[in-house]
Amino acid sequence: MYSEKVLDHFSNPRNVGEIVDADGVGQVGNPKCGDIMKMYLKIEDNIIVDAKFKTFGCGAAVATSSMATELVKGKTVQEALEITNQAVAEALDGLPPVKMHCSNLAEEAIKSAIEDYRMKNGLIDEDSSCNVCCKRCEDVHHAIDVEE
Amino acid sequence: MSDRNIYLDHSATTPVRPEVIEAMMPYFNQRYGNPSSIYSIGRDSKKAIEEARQTVAGAIGAQPREIFFTGSGTEADNWALKGAALANQQKGKHIITTSIEHHAVLHTCQYLERNGFEVTYLPVDIDGLITPEQVKAAIRPDTILISIMFANNEIGTIQPIAEIGKIAKEKGIIFHTDAVQAMGNVSIDVEGMNIDMLSMSAHKFYGPKGIGVLYVKKGVKQSYFIHGGAQERGRRAGTENVPAIVGMAKALEIAIANMDNYNQKLTALRDRTIREIEEKIPFVKLNGHRKDRLPGNVNFSFDFIEGESLLLLLDMKGIAASSGSACTSGSLDPSHVLLAIGLPHETAHGSLRISFGEENTDADVDYLMEVLPGIVQRLREMSPLYEAHCKQQETQVTV
Repeated sequence: MYSEKVLDHFSNPRNVGEIVDADGVGQVGNPKCGDIMKMYLKIEDNIIVDAKFKTFGCGAAVATSSMATELVKGKTVQEALEITNQAVAEALDGLPPVKMHCSNLAEEAIKSAIEDYRMKNGLIDEDSSCNVCCKRCEDVHHAIDVEE
Repeated sequence: MSDRNIYLDHSATTPVRPEVIEAMMPYFNQRYGNPSSIYSIGRDSKKAIEEARQTVAGAIGAQPREIFFTGSGTEADNWALKGAALANQQKGKHIITTSIEHHAVLHTCQYLERNGFEVTYLPVDIDGLITPEQVKAAIRPDTILISIMFANNEIGTIQPIAEIGKIAKEKGIIFHTDAVQAMGNVSIDVEGMNIDMLSMSAHKFYGPKGIGVLYVKKGVKQSYFIHGGAQERGRRAGTENVPAIVGMAKALEIAIANMDNYNQKLTALRDRTIREIEEKIPFVKLNGHRKDRLPGNVNFSFDFIEGESLLLLLDMKGIAASSGSACTSGSLDPSHVLLAIGLPHETAHGSLRISFGEENTDADVDYLMEVLPGIVQRLREMSPLYEAHCKQQETQVTV
């Protein structure tokens, strides 16, 4: 069900761990839904110089975390914000339809970590509350017709 | 990928025994006659079915005319519930079941609820057990059916079926049990246990897939399920799956004859695995009753990790097992059984079910215990939940 690339990023995840002096840390997801992603970013002169993650979740959640950290490294903050869940999934040669919500998690983790960085550095208003929180728990996970 | 290939998922399905395949083979292209036909090879098929019916009946202490072949255990459950509900609705529209039934029963109950029936779902205790007293207390004047699984497919807990059967009999209520997991593992006597209907499935006891049985005690009011020809006395029409019926009977005959040895062997593997997981891996919880459980069933929750990841890493080491995690269950919620025994969502997501079978040995447990602790540790090291837990511990120590 998973592509070779997903299995590769799952079994040899890149950038697992934490950055002690991270400039931005974002955690998204919910243990209730079975996945949590925590992303650490090191940002110098508006460029993401390092990224690490920790993830509680399924194979797709781990693989998308790994790919997301790979994708953001070397990018400017603005460029990183433009990374969509679709881009993460495509970089992994696709995800099974029922796992697409895992790629949302990766996109949200990037946005949340950058939000944290901007808050800490006074780059946005304190009261502009983060609005990247997930609605994934309401996603329909598997397609089962509902009988009337 | 590993060159090992260790199958630890016998609750999902089992391999078909060579003797069973051998018994089935002639019925594909030599004795292929339609059992409803009058000529010789038709009669041969008919005879094979009736012999199989006798074998199955003998295995549970029933009469052959009380055995009906179906296409699966799920079909047997559907028929048991819908058939009894429909046939007895004049008497009442209330059904009692448990919150940990297989979806074949739960979703059928939900269907009946949408069609005017009322269902009581009995809660279970932390071991997954219900008590006969709970059943008694749930009975109402309009209760027409009690359906309680013999043994749970996920956590292996075995219910006090004989005691529940006694209560149902006293109150004159039809008692059905889904014995799909129990068959071949536990001695079942439908007379002594006062069971009115029982479902089973051949592929759980080394028989073929696509064949099940519903036992219906003589005199139990049940509506016909599949309308058509005269097969299964008109109650479940459709040309019989003769090879599968023959295979099912052969598999059951062997399972019953070997049950004591089989149970002894599986119980030893099970208890060893439980003991070693508890010794070698911290933050684990055994799910299901420690003693009243299927001989081959081991079910653990591992804190801070998610089940699908665990299964994928085990698969990469050549071990096939199962999980109650949402990602493997077909919904966002983890297993309803694990939630019913009171596990929090995140713990329920991190469960592992191992179910041993005939071909497993101590060497398989050796290998499992060689790889499992490392896999769990590896996933914990990348888990933010574990990180949070460790930091909390550090803080407590510092304070």
